[in-house]
Amino acid sequence: MTLHHLLLGRLDLHALPFWTMIEHPTHETIVNGTITTAAAGLEVLAAIVVIALVTRAGKWRYLWSEWLTSVDHKRIGIMYIALSFVMMSRALIEAALMRTQQAFGLGGGFLSPEHFGELFSTHGTIMIFFMAMPFLTGVINFAMPLQIGTRDVSFPVMNSVSLGLTTAGAMMIVISLALGKFSTGGWSGYPPFTEAAFNAGVGPDYWIWAVTLSSLGTMMSGINFAVTIYKRRAPGMTFMRMPLFTWTALCTAILMIFAMPPLTVATAMLALDRYLDFHFFTNGSGGNMMNYANLFWLFGHPEVYILILPAFGVYSEIFSTFSGKLLYGYTSLVLATMAIAVISFAVWLHHFFTMGQNASVNAAFGIATMLVGIPTGVKIYDWILTMFRGRVRFTVPIVYGLGFMMLFVLGGLSGILLANPTLDYQVHNTLFLVAHFHNMLIPGLLFGMLAAYHYWFPKAFGFRLDERWGMISAVSWIVGFMLAFFPLYVIGAMGFPRRTVAYFDPVYRPWMLIALAGAAVVLVALASLFVQLFVSIRRREALAVPAGDPWDGSNLEWAIAAPAPEYNFSVIPDVSDRNPFMIAKQKGDAYQTPAEFQDITMPKNSPLGMALAVAGGALAFGLVWHIWWLVALSCLGVLVAIVGQGFARDCEKVIPAAEVRRQHEAWLRTVAASRAVPRDLEGEPANTGLAARDRFSQAAE
Amino acid sequence: MPTFRRRPHIGRRAIGTGLLAALALSAGSGPAAAEGLSFLDPQGPVAAAQRDHFYAVILLMLVVVVPVLIFTPLVAWRYRYRNHGARYAPDWKFSWPLEALIWGVPVAVVVVLSVWIWQETHDLDPYAPLAADKSLRVEVIGYDWKWLFVYPDLHIATMGVLGFPSDRSLDIRLTSASVMQSFFIPALGSQIYAMAGMRTKLHLKANRPGTFLGENTQYNGKGFHDQKFRARAMTARGFTDWVKQVRAKGVPLDAKAYDVVRAKGGLTDVRRAVAGGSMPPGTVYFTDVSADLLANVMHQFNGGASSSEVIVSERSPANDTALRSDAGHAASATGEPPAREE
Ligand code: HEM
Ligand SMILES: [Cu+2]
Ligand SMILES: [Cu+2]
Repeated sequence: MTLHHLLLGRLDLHALPFWTMIEHPTHETIVNGTITTAAAGLEVLAAIVVIALVTRAGKWRYLWSEWLTSVDHKRIGIMYIALSFVMMSRALIEAALMRTQQAFGLGGGFLSPEHFGELFSTHGTIMIFFMAMPFLTGVINFAMPLQIGTRDVSFPVMNSVSLGLTTAGAMMIVISLALGKFSTGGWSGYPPFTEAAFNAGVGPDYWIWAVTLSSLGTMMSGINFAVTIYKRRAPGMTFMRMPLFTWTALCTAILMIFAMPPLTVATAMLALDRYLDFHFFTNGSGGNMMNYANLFWLFGHPEVYILILPAFGVYSEIFSTFSGKLLYGYTSLVLATMAIAVISFAVWLHHFFTMGQNASVNAAFGIATMLVGIPTGVKIYDWILTMFRGRVRFTVPIVYGLGFMMLFVLGGLSGILLANPTLDYQVHNTLFLVAHFHNMLIPGLLFGMLAAYHYWFPKAFGFRLDERWGMISAVSWIVGFMLAFFPLYVIGAMGFPRRTVAYFDPVYRPWMLIALAGAAVVLVALASLFVQLFVSIRRREALAVPAGDPWDGSNLEWAIAAPAPEYNFSVIPDVSDRNPFMIAKQKGDAYQTPAEFQDITMPKNSPLGMALAVAGGALAFGLVWHIWWLVALSCLGVLVAIVGQGFARDCEKVIPAAEVRRQHEAWLRTVAASRAVPRDLEGEPANTGLAARDRFSQAAE
Repeated sequence: MPTFRRRPHIGRRAIGTGLLAALALSAGSGPAAAEGLSFLDPQGPVAAAQRDHFYAVILLMLVVVVPVLIFTPLVAWRYRYRNHGARYAPDWKFSWPLEALIWGVPVAVVVVLSVWIWQETHDLDPYAPLAADKSLRVEVIGYDWKWLFVYPDLHIATMGVLGFPSDRSLDIRLTSASVMQSFFIPALGSQIYAMAGMRTKLHLKANRPGTFLGENTQYNGKGFHDQKFRARAMTARGFTDWVKQVRAKGVPLDAKAYDVVRAKGGLTDVRRAVAGGSMPPGTVYFTDVSADLLANVMHQFNGGASSSEVIVSERSPANDTALRSDAGHAASATGEPPAREE
């Protein structure tokens, strides 16, 4: 063992993205090396710029004390969503690169097969674990405690640890671009391909540890959310009075608790195979990869409902709010959500109908899969009926919602096709499948999250997002999605396998070109989101909604100022019905000064989340590169951090009643000074967050 | 890589290729579904049944899908904020008849679909033999990144082309000598995984002579996209002649040749290494092939033969273990008793 190995493990110059092209300059290595080097350079540059900007503004202390160590569920939620946007940008650029490759992939193209393999693996892994999961975890974190009328989640410090672990996992993928190569085993990481016998390099290890960190963080989030919903609802808020988004958050949390451990176990077993020569999933010595497939999809199928249920909750909120009407079929939506959550554990085998089990088993799982379609279909109709006899305002969230419904049923149709084992035997592993799951995930998950982002942004920051850019983005997303993915159904049905870098039959090519155009439109949609954020920040005065109720909402989160105070509620509300804030507004009970204010005890900041993020990230990095001293050191770090937390005594701070009263009264003065706006002025500067009572004007006529 | 013969004009099987063709034409791309490329232009009974099932499911699902596509925009527009003519009922939130309808219709659709699924999945079970006729046995072994087709009764093997007579069904057994792969001839029927140490089964048949795309759909590394072959259905006479050709032009699958086969690489690498210049382009022919090759390859992963022994032909106890492990595969995947197989 040389000194080099002792210090750096297997990390050496070959890990640099441009090293191969210097050592072996061929056309292929130069093209691919340049692309990777440019991307890695961009990453490093971005990091440097961010550090420089923060330093110049002298904001390190602010960043540390107000954000990184904050245990406020709202701030943690916002940081999750920020992470999600960053990772989404990278994954979308990778998607566009893959689309470009395939558009010119007739007989070759410009990307090497290995490079393409890394791209679909990072794209898929990022999109699921570091875009979708942080986004929905962030939205739940932000909105759910407000909806149930509590001041924080049950375990605020653990919340920050969850965020830390997820971020550390994301960093593994970020680092893998600059140092070494990522896995080519796809987002599902099937062995034996990912075993040391076939892929001895660092790629699968990067994947294993990124996913492991994220799965641990997510499981803790699940526990946190479920306990919070069970234990911390405002007095009077029975289960059947919870807003529908909270219901979906509860179901998601339960799914997280039960679905993440199989994934952690699967990646841990794969790690044992790779590091300690176990044989769980190897070809020989009694290993069997089918066990991996079972474990992975035992997680993987519930995972798609973890992804989609919160979006369903969001759609329920916005269809009701922006139709100025009660949600149709609350009970049936709750039942449908629960049904989906339960059935989703009984369908995992549909991911490998083609593995050779007998027809009865396949048929049984196929039928179970279609059962999930029933409650899902019911939900769509419930939303249509929510708009029925309402007064629908075509705001950005509604545009996402309408796009979602019309596109999602098509994804559902292809899903039912795939649920037929007979048909899955034909389209499994083809681009038809890729089209199907994007058709579920983009309208289902992503549109829902973007709608939530528009809907709750004013509550987080005190001003609305620019409508015009929001509309440009929403329409681009919808059009871009259709162009990018409908062609894939066709080529998929023509036998085009997924994960294919190049092809030899020109019949596929026109479709690939259309899909490329779609990817370009999607990039426009992404850029518009950033432009919108920028424009909105500049126009924040005109967009401000300090009174707190920009959309004429019905749930508790709208009954407080915007941005929401640190402690959320000056006084914990008493709930006597569904839609408590709407009812209060109708009765004229909203915006009251409570008889009495009390001191509010809030959790203090904690550095534990950051400590575990750094130690966990270092541990993963050490494991990937076999830098054993770093592994030992970071294990020690984890231990010290956790034990140290046990000694922390001074964990709470008190906000005096007088201060709460002062802020509350200041807010009420703002409300009193605000002009109540009718809904047709919703998008205008006149909307400062006080809703005129025009909701029932017509009914009263 | 071969290209596949295109059907000069479409429309004969209106529903069959109709959808694809319409899409293709509307997008301005000349050729519609290529013959031998897709189950939507089926070349065998399994694929034909799959195509019919595909369209049947779509048609039935339209019962649920079309109302959403119509009513979503319609309701949103009719009840838009500015349409003061429309009725407004902000407190209306439930109706039993509607509730019965929105649960009832999907339930009814799923009940019908479930019955279909049960029947079709059993009828088209890839493990089930197709017809009582005399089938042709082929054993398929997946390597990185090519398939080896062994004809155990003929003692030949081929790569790049899977030849068979169109009047007989194919009785295929599969395994992998490497990572998991998925064997697929879309125009004929189902795909099925091939896994090391395990054996899966597949039955296919062609309607008439023709050439069809064959491939691997399960990513297995850098040569994955190149792991294609031609499935060539021939007349009975044609097949006999073809076998003669393979025997005449093929090289013996000895230890040296086998090392080439199992090394990572594509078909072209094998062709170059065995000097297959006299063989037709894109193919490699082998003679003197052990009838136990597939069993031996499987057994390699179950504590048996080393790779140099794989090509040896004899029914040893080792082979029997291999056969048992195949039943074990079915059992571990389904929990059913190992009785299913032999
Ligand atoms: C909107 C623009 C997007 C585009 C253009 C895009 C494009 C692609 C492409 C080209 C692939 C590789 C397909 C192949 O196997 O040949 C892919 C795979 C994948 N995408 Fe996307 N994608 C997009 C958004 C998303 C989103 C929002 C998600 C998830 C929330 C997602 C999740 C995945 C996953 C899981 C895979 C599979 C990776 C694998 O094969 O292991 N994608 N996508
Ligand atoms: Cu699934
Ligand atoms: Cu198997």
